[in-house]
Amino acid sequence: MSEMTSSSAGEPRGHAIDISAIERAAEDRTLDDETVALTVKDLKLYYGEKEALHGIDMVIPQKRVTAFIGPSGCGKSTLLRCFNRMNDLVDSCRIEGEIRLENMNIYQKGIDVADLRRRVGMVFQKPNPFPKSIYENVAYGLRIQGINKKRVLDETVEWALKSAALWEEVKDRLNDSALGLSGGQQQRLVIARTVAVKPEVLLLDEPASALDPLSTLKIEELIHTLKNEYTIVIVTHNMQQAARVSDYTAFMYMGDLIEFGSTNQLFTNPASKQTEDYITGRYG
Amino acid sequence: MSANSNGNHISQQFDTELQEVKDHVLVMGGMAEKLVIDSAQALVNGDTSLAETVREAEQNVDRLQVTIDEECTRVIAKRQPTASDLRLIVAVTKIVGDLERIGDEAEKIAKITQQLAEEGQSPRGYIEVRHISQHVSKMLHDALDAFARLDTDMALAVMREDKSVDAEYKTATRSLMTFMMEDTRNISSVLNVMWVLRALERIGDHARNISEHIIYMVKGKDVRHASLQETKEILEDNK
Repeated sequence: MSEMTSSSAGEPRGHAIDISAIERAAEDRTLDDETVALTVKDLKLYYGEKEALHGIDMVIPQKRVTAFIGPSGCGKSTLLRCFNRMNDLVDSCRIEGEIRLENMNIYQKGIDVADLRRRVGMVFQKPNPFPKSIYENVAYGLRIQGINKKRVLDETVEWALKSAALWEEVKDRLNDSALGLSGGQQQRLVIARTVAVKPEVLLLDEPASALDPLSTLKIEELIHTLKNEYTIVIVTHNMQQAARVSDYTAFMYMGDLIEFGSTNQLFTNPASKQTEDYITGRYG
Repeated sequence: MSANSNGNHISQQFDTELQEVKDHVLVMGGMAEKLVIDSAQALVNGDTSLAETVREAEQNVDRLQVTIDEECTRVIAKRQPTASDLRLIVAVTKIVGDLERIGDEAEKIAKITQQLAEEGQSPRGYIEVRHISQHVSKMLHDALDAFARLDTDMALAVMREDKSVDAEYKTATRSLMTFMMEDTRNISSVLNVMWVLRALERIGDHARNISEHIIYMVKGKDVRHASLQETKEILEDNK
């Protein structure tokens, strides 16, 4: 009894647990607080006469995972490919507006596209390892940069394979052909090859859609660890995957960016009816 | 953004599952409402057989809570609901919790009815019981209507009613306390009626909780600890 009186008179004892840490952890991210990695300004893209992107404005936050979702043909892959000028390879493709990577408009004249693609790496839907050894696949990007020192290559290959969570599975057969790996392993190998040249941004175009569920989870886990080092942009048809892996989600529809915001917000209480219909499966 | 009302899912099976969950909540809500009305009537009329019926029917409310929760778990596991679908499921699991507690309170009233029949009726308090029970069963009815129609204005009106139930409860207890002080011979039976008033007041609180869950479900805004004025502003901002 005396205990109770003394505690109520003085410091609140036993109730001094600070819940602000829990609240902070549950707090949602906002784009305004992020460092910007890429800025898209009024980006229009034409395939011949057809306008496929109608003036997109957005910022991609640094060291976060941004997911693009939307029905087929909405322009999400097209937009992703703009970030390292992959669309240059498409005849009849024309671009207006700009994309800035650290204050550099990547569409201005005189840009070294090979260097841009080193800084902004890309992984595709189908794993595309070269018909070479596992080691040479990862070392490839370094060799074309003229790096041939064995010690540097060894270290980088090991580091990249570890980054891609593949090292333990392949360390004893680095000289075997990459084509002997499973689909999931091949995709992680391609990610290792991409990170080996230390890009700033990783573009992932449906990286898990050709993989089985467990390999998919490994890739998702990998994405989660990679975001500490890289800005990641992922296009996925799998909405639950976008919800699982991303910090921010952009919903695109018919070449427009309909809604872009924190993944938590977008999947629990989207602002736009179009987004709502799409993510709840009401899109017809 | 108004939830749940717009359009059908590509998967008709998903629509069916959500519709079933909603229908079952309304069935359970209707049962809880009847328990409240019947238990109060049993008490006022000293009808012990009606009280017995209430106590038996209350078990169905319990069973429905378990069934509906299980349905919600299955929808989450199989459909990974998002946005308004997700909020519907989350709100339903909370609403059935409140409905089950309403059932418990009605059962408490039925039990007290039986006790009073054995030990002798209270000389006071029945008018208050009748009045407050009508008030809270109307609140519950409106809350269920608001759920069925996704009507946040109606939900807000229910929340407002809870304030006047609280005031009525306070007045009633004060007058019964005065009565007990004046005439100590009836303390035991009057106290029983006070427990009944307390149960009814709690039913009002649960109806208010249900309304808060409905606002979350429709608007995605958590108004559980907001004042009435704040809730009103939140609803107006989201029109």
